Amino acid sequence: MELIWDGIKEAFLLIIRGDPEIWAITWLTLRVSGTATAISLLIGLPIGTWLALRKFTGRGCLFSFINTGMAFPPVVIGLWVSIFLWRSGPLGFLGIIYTPAAMVIAQTIIATPIVVGLTIAALQQLNPYMRMQLLGLGASQFQAILAMWRESRLLLLAALMAGFGSIISEVGASMMVGGNIKDQTRVLTTAIVLETSKGRFTFAIALGFILLLLAYIVNYGLTIFQQRGARNKEIQ
Amino acid sequence: MTGNPFPVLEINHLHVKRGNEFDLIIDQFNLHQGEVMAIIGPNGAGKSTLLLSISKLLAPTTGAILFRGTPLDEINDLEYRRNIALVLQDPLLFDTSVYDNISTGLRFRGLSKSEQNERIEDWLSRLKIDHLKNRHASQLSSGQAQRVSLARAMVLRPTLLLLDEPFRALDTPTRKALIEELRILLSETATTTIFITHDQEQALSLGDRVAVILDGRLRQVGSPQSVFAAPIDSDVANFLGVENVLPGQVMDSNQGKITVDVQGIMLEAIGQEKSGKQVLFCLRPEDITIWRTKEVPKSSARNQLPGRVNSISDQGPLLQISIDCGFPLVALITRASVRDLELELGMQVSVAFKASAVHLIPR
Repeated sequence: MELIWDGIKEAFLLIIRGDPEIWAITWLTLRVSGTATAISLLIGLPIGTWLALRKFTGRGCLFSFINTGMAFPPVVIGLWVSIFLWRSGPLGFLGIIYTPAAMVIAQTIIATPIVVGLTIAALQQLNPYMRMQLLGLGASQFQAILAMWRESRLLLLAALMAGFGSIISEVGASMMVGGNIKDQTRVLTTAIVLETSKGRFTFAIALGFILLLLAYIVNYGLTIFQQRGARNKEIQ
Repeated sequence: MTGNPFPVLEINHLHVKRGNEFDLIIDQFNLHQGEVMAIIGPNGAGKSTLLLSISKLLAPTTGAILFRGTPLDEINDLEYRRNIALVLQDPLLFDTSVYDNISTGLRFRGLSKSEQNERIEDWLSRLKIDHLKNRHASQLSSGQAQRVSLARAMVLRPTLLLLDEPFRALDTPTRKALIEELRILLSETATTTIFITHDQEQALSLGDRVAVILDGRLRQVGSPQSVFAAPIDSDVANFLGVENVLPGQVMDSNQGKITVDVQGIMLEAIGQEKSGKQVLFCLRPEDITIWRTKEVPKSSARNQLPGRVNSISDQGPLLQISIDCGFPLVALITRASVRDLELELGMQVSVAFKASAVHLIPR
């Protein structure tokens, strides 16, 4: 119990003192996971929308594949990204293994199926005649899609939160493709693993506390935004 | 009115195939400027398939739909859809205020804020929903929501308004009030309209013309009076509630007065069918009057027959009386009449109907 309490105290002190290493790790964590979330949204939202609105043979099979992708172990993704980015690998010429860019790629691959899957679910819960109604009011295809995103924005925000949550907390892929290099690719999760392995439990607990705090602040912001939409519906 | 000489909508030899089991076939169909066409048919008849095709949301397998003389496949999808407005059975309001809902189509068209506001205020007022304009769509009653849905369509000043059973989910008083208001608004704005319904009363209330679709085929088009009084065949007659459809043979035809043998009983009708012709003798149940046998007054009804009450069943505000006159006849009469006549099962009565109430279908 004392260990936990010391960890919390140290976390508090690290935050208050503005320890440069901690801030650098935290900033990199936010940058890598934020960028990967944004990219997964850019990729996942259109793909999810297309899949939700199109009917074609094998659609169910593809949905199952995406749903499986939502539960893909990050360490397996880390392995495959490492193989591709390794110097002798197919994309080795890019020279980005053990860089934040490699971590962004791995985290994007983890988050994208989640965003795609939840986008499909969000659009499919809309009235099936919604698109027809929008087109029947003179919407272009793009305007209709924007309006449908707006209608399902609460669930799309949930997709965003789920995507961000899945990658800010993952460690396997970041460790494998980033290498946990000090001042370069060390993020909160990989730093926690390192400090724990060194027996610096107090410091590890402090980092864990900061990670939780970070995840909470980001999700709090998104939740407030999401619930504001829900409240507008309820109160008049 | 525009100077365009073509009908607003014209359908030529349309065939729409949906899956392996359903085909919609329409040989010829025209809709003129300012006209309200009520399309009626039972569920699954093809009404919505037709609406989807007209909305350019479903491509015909063969044939053509022309908008002001131009085939739809030669018109850009968006350009065409911005000439139409669609109102569905479910109002499908968006998750925002009434005002924003009504502005949706105007925003799609990029109209200025001031023009949007002018049009929206006008239609809020016309549809008597001014007081709801800042309310969230989720807080409206069904009737209010459908008014907003209509305003959202009408505010676009569509060349062609498509209404797909918009009153289906409404209670009777709300529905009647809204239909009456819409009838006036459509007339004032001369909006060319296709109104899909399965309800004959609604079709009669709104339609300048009525089209009957059964089993994917357009069976009859005409004025409400002509379609309801003179269905083209027994299927249309049955769908339109002509419950008395009896096989018969024309025995005599003289200057428009016809005598028909229905199961050995001679009945009079008006028509041009020749002697010997096999016909279906059609009579709407509401055109039959019933008298107590001893109280038959002198009447202009050419057909008067004795009968026996076989059954009395509830049909909402009216009662359906089944009478055996040597052949079965069904009549619809008010509860007050049943009370006055003291009708009961097995009672002997007289039935009467005018020759002009009879419609003959050649068979």
